[in-house]
Amino acid sequence: MKKGIIINIGLFCSCFCFGQESAPKPEKDTTQLKEVIVVAQRKLSNYRQEKTLSSIDTYLEKANRVTMIKRGNYAWEPSINNMVSDRLNVTIDGMQIFGACTDKMDPITSYVDVSNLEKVIIASGQEGTENGHCVGGGINLKVNPSKFKNSGLNSSVDLGYETNGNYKIAGLDLEYSGETFYANTDFIFRKSDNYDAGGNNEVLYSQFQKFNISFLGGYKLQDNHTLETHIIYDKATDVGYPALPMDVSLAEALITSVSHHYQNTANTLTSLETKLYFNTITHIMDDSNRPDVPIRMDMPGWSDTYGFYSKGNFRFKKHNLLVNVNGFYNRSLAEMTMYPNDTNQPAMFMYTWPDIRTLYTGIYFKDDITLNDKERISGTFRMGYHSNTVAKQEGIESLQIFHPDTQKTRDRFLTSMSGQYSKNNTIIGIGYGERAPSVSEGYGFFLFNSFDNYDYIGNPNLKNEKAIEFNASTKFKFKTLNFEVASSFFYLSNYIIGEIDPLANSMTIGANGVRLYQALDHAVIFDVFLNSNYKFSEKLSLNSCIGYNYGRGSNDKNLPLISPFSYLAEINYSIPKFNASLQLEGNGNQSNYSSFYGENETPAYGVLHLNFGNIFYLQSNKLILKYGVENLLDTNYSTYADWNNIARQGRNLYLNASFLF
Amino acid sequence: MKLKHILPILFISLIATGCSTDDNDIPTLNEVEGLLKIQEIVNNNHTIELYSKTGEFSTGYNNVTIRIKDNENNSYFENATISWVPVMQMPTMQHSCPKTAITKVSGKKTMFNGSLIYQMTNTDGSGWSLTFNYTINNVDYSVTDTISVYQAEKQNVTTIMGADDTRYILALIEPNDPIIGINDLMIGLYKMENMMSFPVVKDYTIMLDPRMPGMGNHSSPNNTDLSFKNTDSMYHGNLSLTMTGYWVLNLKLVDDNNTLLKGEDVTEQNEKSSLYLEIEF
Repeated sequence: MKKGIIINIGLFCSCFCFGQESAPKPEKDTTQLKEVIVVAQRKLSNYRQEKTLSSIDTYLEKANRVTMIKRGNYAWEPSINNMVSDRLNVTIDGMQIFGACTDKMDPITSYVDVSNLEKVIIASGQEGTENGHCVGGGINLKVNPSKFKNSGLNSSVDLGYETNGNYKIAGLDLEYSGETFYANTDFIFRKSDNYDAGGNNEVLYSQFQKFNISFLGGYKLQDNHTLETHIIYDKATDVGYPALPMDVSLAEALITSVSHHYQNTANTLTSLETKLYFNTITHIMDDSNRPDVPIRMDMPGWSDTYGFYSKGNFRFKKHNLLVNVNGFYNRSLAEMTMYPNDTNQPAMFMYTWPDIRTLYTGIYFKDDITLNDKERISGTFRMGYHSNTVAKQEGIESLQIFHPDTQKTRDRFLTSMSGQYSKNNTIIGIGYGERAPSVSEGYGFFLFNSFDNYDYIGNPNLKNEKAIEFNASTKFKFKTLNFEVASSFFYLSNYIIGEIDPLANSMTIGANGVRLYQALDHAVIFDVFLNSNYKFSEKLSLNSCIGYNYGRGSNDKNLPLISPFSYLAEINYSIPKFNASLQLEGNGNQSNYSSFYGENETPAYGVLHLNFGNIFYLQSNKLILKYGVENLLDTNYSTYADWNNIARQGRNLYLNASFLF
Repeated sequence: MKLKHILPILFISLIATGCSTDDNDIPTLNEVEGLLKIQEIVNNNHTIELYSKTGEFSTGYNNVTIRIKDNENNSYFENATISWVPVMQMPTMQHSCPKTAITKVSGKKTMFNGSLIYQMTNTDGSGWSLTFNYTINNVDYSVTDTISVYQAEKQNVTTIMGADDTRYILALIEPNDPIIGINDLMIGLYKMENMMSFPVVKDYTIMLDPRMPGMGNHSSPNNTDLSFKNTDSMYHGNLSLTMTGYWVLNLKLVDDNNTLLKGEDVTEQNEKSSLYLEIEF
């Protein structure tokens, strides 16, 4: 007992005695279809990364191919290539984790914070299959890698304030790094009241509050072997969703892992990483803060995932081979209880996710072959076994109302592959991928979608959705002017989408009806981006990005949530200890909106942001200040990605300060 | 080795204690296990024991298990012919209710079974009496007693006047334990021929539209109308219940000439058919 206490005190002390901010360099990725966003770098950047303490969501939004679907001011849902969660593979450091909300109010990006992460790797299309099957792309949220820097104790304090919504942020980061042991712990707290849209229009139920604490520890067993453990606890309470009829009283995640790393650059096997992980999410929707609802309801959801992966890097001759064997077991359960206004009637209950167990095991290969100085080819291949089981008999019985042949278990075999050729600055690629329907698409029961105002019913008999993909990108350079064009084309067969069931009657009061998940014969999604960068001088540069997107189904209807023409222009002034930028971002008119799937036309908008950054050195300490004004002109606007057209933030003055000592 | 010795001893002692507690009773098979006694009706010779799952009579469908005890030796008769007459005493008249014949339960020695559909009762449960006329070993007996019939919480039976000027009684029989999903809905339909006779009505159609008033009168898909089945003389259909709670089964009664006898469509203006039953679970 005494010994235990001493060890605990020792651990506790060690957690509180470090400091020296490392400035990890952005990893140069082999392919340009991957975008790497460096998170929480406490240094001045000269491209679109202004607020140190902005949420992961804001960081993600800066990637070309990513748009964030917003239902409020918190927990935005990422979309890549105009495809959302069900078509993406989102992982935290390779760990599968699934949101527990049937209404996608908790994308897993909401359960980590910038303080936990080093970078976010966004991979388009089949490039994103390293950790699992997807058709749209993959997002991997990377945690700081092992570091035995022997730098002793470092710490930093972050403070932030934003005027719009009275948004307060406080963070503390402590790190100890020795020869054979390191420990890093960080804590961040965020609290915001309702924000104001342009013109001082308060957006009700847009408040949120959360904290996140994480611990990362590593121990060097031998020269080449290290053991690591990582724990993240994230808890959001009182989160409002102005675009939805309900809020969230609790969104809680515990994400844990232990891993073993082997590294030897002299070997053919250069590295081998094996990880065991477990995460559990509790998500509780409630409407107790809403004064006027047709009926009171509770909608809790739970998601537990157990998994592992083991990935090895081999280098031989011209090959750089990555092999990743992984597997997970997920349990998703959600229920709904409604309380009739007539108190003589009993509460009404149903399972909205009737305890769905998903088991997946698969293997992934990626080989990069350097043909010569200019040419490379790479190929990926993933195959896996995917199985869904409905654990609750009630779930099978209730789904049989719509699908009489619902079976308890459904097995699938999934394959994905891609190939890429690059010469100089030009890349062309081709890919084929499959995905299994998500839990909601397969087994959801009366999931209300406030976007198109329909109740959705899953379909356990859906076929795998398949995608054939072409992509290309190229770069030009004329003196100090850089151009990059990148484009992707997707042909998706068995495209899963909700289709109206004219016979079924909606469950949600006031809903338009019921949609059953069905598959369109095919759908086509296309996007093209043009990025340019012009350097007037070492200090002054201009960045710009324009994007065009297109999506249409085989029923000759536009697909929903396809971005209209988008643009960004930024003038950046940068010297070592100061930078400033003026940004203009906007969308064209959403003329190809999808009225069939519940969209309306969102008008064009453009907003201006002004940002500044300073670094001050105080002996060995460093103070980084970032401040500025977002939506300078207080424009009242919403974008195509704003659920039910809720207006975005009006003018916002912000200040983020990071003190490193 | 040890276990081998201990087990028989344990068994023996268990049986011994089991027997000793039974000593005071007649060693009979307990065929009424899982059922609760509603009431005993006694005459000089016999005691008629009435059982059901709930242990009481209530309005609507009652499945009753019966056995007859010989008061002399407390044994139960294995062979008897039994009929029954339920009677409701009203201030100015009396009437009976729909019922089935009483038959021997197959595979059981002493148990008889039948069902009664009480269409109404007094608020205090009074008003009904039950007469048994039965024959044992070619001797006729009769016994009558008052019974208590309690008002069911939900409307599981309804009496209507059809457009053909006939009184009908509809009673919900299944599902007894509804599930979220597709339930086998079973309804009994009887005609009131006179005060004492309520024969089964054949080959009509009962149209079904289940709704949840608490959920904005939400309906459910893939219900089917009920049709008559000769095998059990009942009406059968599929009833989809999408969640637990209070459901109104809106019905329309159509005769074998396709004439609507009772009931209306549910619309925005008309939330409920005049012919309906209720389920809560």
